[in-house]
Amino acid sequence: MTTEISQETILSRTSWLKRLTNGLRILYASPATAVGTTIFILFVLMALFGPMLAPYGFNEQIYTDARQPPSPTHWFGTDNLGRDVFSRVVLGARDILRLSGLGTILAVISGTTFGLVSGYWGGLFDEILMRIFDSLLAMPALLLALLLLGTLGPSENSVLVVILIVYTPIVARVVRSVVLSVKTRAFVEAARLQGESLGRILFREILPSVLPALTVEAALRFSYAIFLVASLGFLGVGVQPPNPNWGLMVSEARQNVSQLPWALYFPAGAIAVVVIGVNLMADGLKRILQAGD
Amino acid sequence: MAKYILRRLSFLALTLILTSLLVFAVTQFVPGDVARIVLGREAGEEALEAFREKFGLNDPLPVQYLRWLGNFVTGDWGESISTRSDIYPIVMERLRNSLQLAAITLIISVPLATLLGVIAGLNENRLADNLISVASLSVVGLPEFVTGLILIEVFSRRLNLLPANSSVRQGTPFMDALPMLILPAITATLVLLAYIARLTRAGVVEELKKPYVRTAVLKGLPYRTVIVKHVLRNALLPTITIIAISFGWLISGLIVIENVFNYPGLGRLLVFAIDRRDLPLMQAVTMVTVLGFALANLAADLLYAYLNPRIRLD
Repeated sequence: MTTEISQETILSRTSWLKRLTNGLRILYASPATAVGTTIFILFVLMALFGPMLAPYGFNEQIYTDARQPPSPTHWFGTDNLGRDVFSRVVLGARDILRLSGLGTILAVISGTTFGLVSGYWGGLFDEILMRIFDSLLAMPALLLALLLLGTLGPSENSVLVVILIVYTPIVARVVRSVVLSVKTRAFVEAARLQGESLGRILFREILPSVLPALTVEAALRFSYAIFLVASLGFLGVGVQPPNPNWGLMVSEARQNVSQLPWALYFPAGAIAVVVIGVNLMADGLKRILQAGD
Repeated sequence: MAKYILRRLSFLALTLILTSLLVFAVTQFVPGDVARIVLGREAGEEALEAFREKFGLNDPLPVQYLRWLGNFVTGDWGESISTRSDIYPIVMERLRNSLQLAAITLIISVPLATLLGVIAGLNENRLADNLISVASLSVVGLPEFVTGLILIEVFSRRLNLLPANSSVRQGTPFMDALPMLILPAITATLVLLAYIARLTRAGVVEELKKPYVRTAVLKGLPYRTVIVKHVLRNALLPTITIIAISFGWLISGLIVIENVFNYPGLGRLLVFAIDRRDLPLMQAVTMVTVLGFALANLAADLLYAYLNPRIRLD
């Protein structure tokens, strides 16, 4: 009963503000999801207003203050180059959320398009595309990511391409499976007989049915993308110094971990908190949206 | 069964051919001229041309692909660009190390994860289940390098029990290398544990809801017998598939973990190759890993089909 209402409130055509508040109210109904959503919102605020919050620049070296433990002037201490760890962690939020968020959006757009077209058309196109996606999925995600990065060279754009290529097949499969179950239904048939254009059938008629599953998948992909961007940073094959990517900060801090452990603890803690937060949120979304199936 | 095996084998061959095409295609997108990257900025035009001729870079792409694949299948994996040594022996040695670590991880994690999953499933929504679920949800989200660094902090720096650096030398006897393997294996175990336990729990919960369980209870069988003889038999069968699915996670996880602990496996070799833009080495490591992944999946599928005759029929 409640799930039916919640699905309707999310998907009905009310104003976006009303939809947003409704969505938030549903997310805050369960404690675990509420914690996750709160963490996520805090990190988004940090990403948006980071430059106002951070007392120093991400690469600002205060030589006189180098290698200091946490103190009232440097909340998270300073690293061996005299950079304020608090400022770097705060400014790093924008970096990691932008890369993983943008990458996820790109993958969702391309995966949805491929999934819709492939599922609706079927036939040889579908067959070939699915075999290509199978071979992409036959590789563990990180392996594929590393192969791509090794070829493209380390840069922010390469990381975006990696997220796009690694997650497109996964999103496309989810979308395609919904399309297959919907495309024989009467309303799609009716649209076709009315002579509606392909784009209109795909995006106006079929897409709404795909949205619940797609939302869940997008949230999951986003949480994995954060994970991936941080891991690539840690391995030193993603974004390059002096970028305040938390994974990269952790790997840089390892060299001096016995003298300056705080330079490692805080970025590692930031990764842990944001990943757990987004996971809890995605898990909650999944329970809310899939309960109606 | 023979027919099933044959079908699975041909499917495996198709996957491998497509993957090899993919690996080859991806590495064609190297920005710039490979000869220029390898020989450096100062190389003259003749040297570049000689290099291209020697490695067949002037041939059409399909020819290059077939030659590369043929060489790979026959064990001629070429020479590493960065170390100037034969790739095959290096990769094989690293492969052995990685397999060793993977085997220890599976030996610890599979029984433990299954046990935890069964406990959680049998106590659905009670304290034990909630504890296991919350713990696994928080562990499953942490990147392997964070988990690994926490373990190093606790067991190596604070308690001084185990080494933080696992750079096992070649030829070290297994018993001497074992202490260095424990922390990486525990890190990988934590990654798998949460994943396998959650899926096993779901399997047990679903099985308990089936009518035959109610029948068994109502006809007067002791609860223990119902669980052990009926529910677990059916619920644990899909665990094989779950473990097979988690191989992908294990491989991704091990790539990071080997780099956290400096363990000389394929994952560290791959990152080394990427740092130096060593394409032949990258291709070889990727192909070996994909092959291992595909074979592990095949083994799991065949085992599942052997234990569950229904699968073989469709």
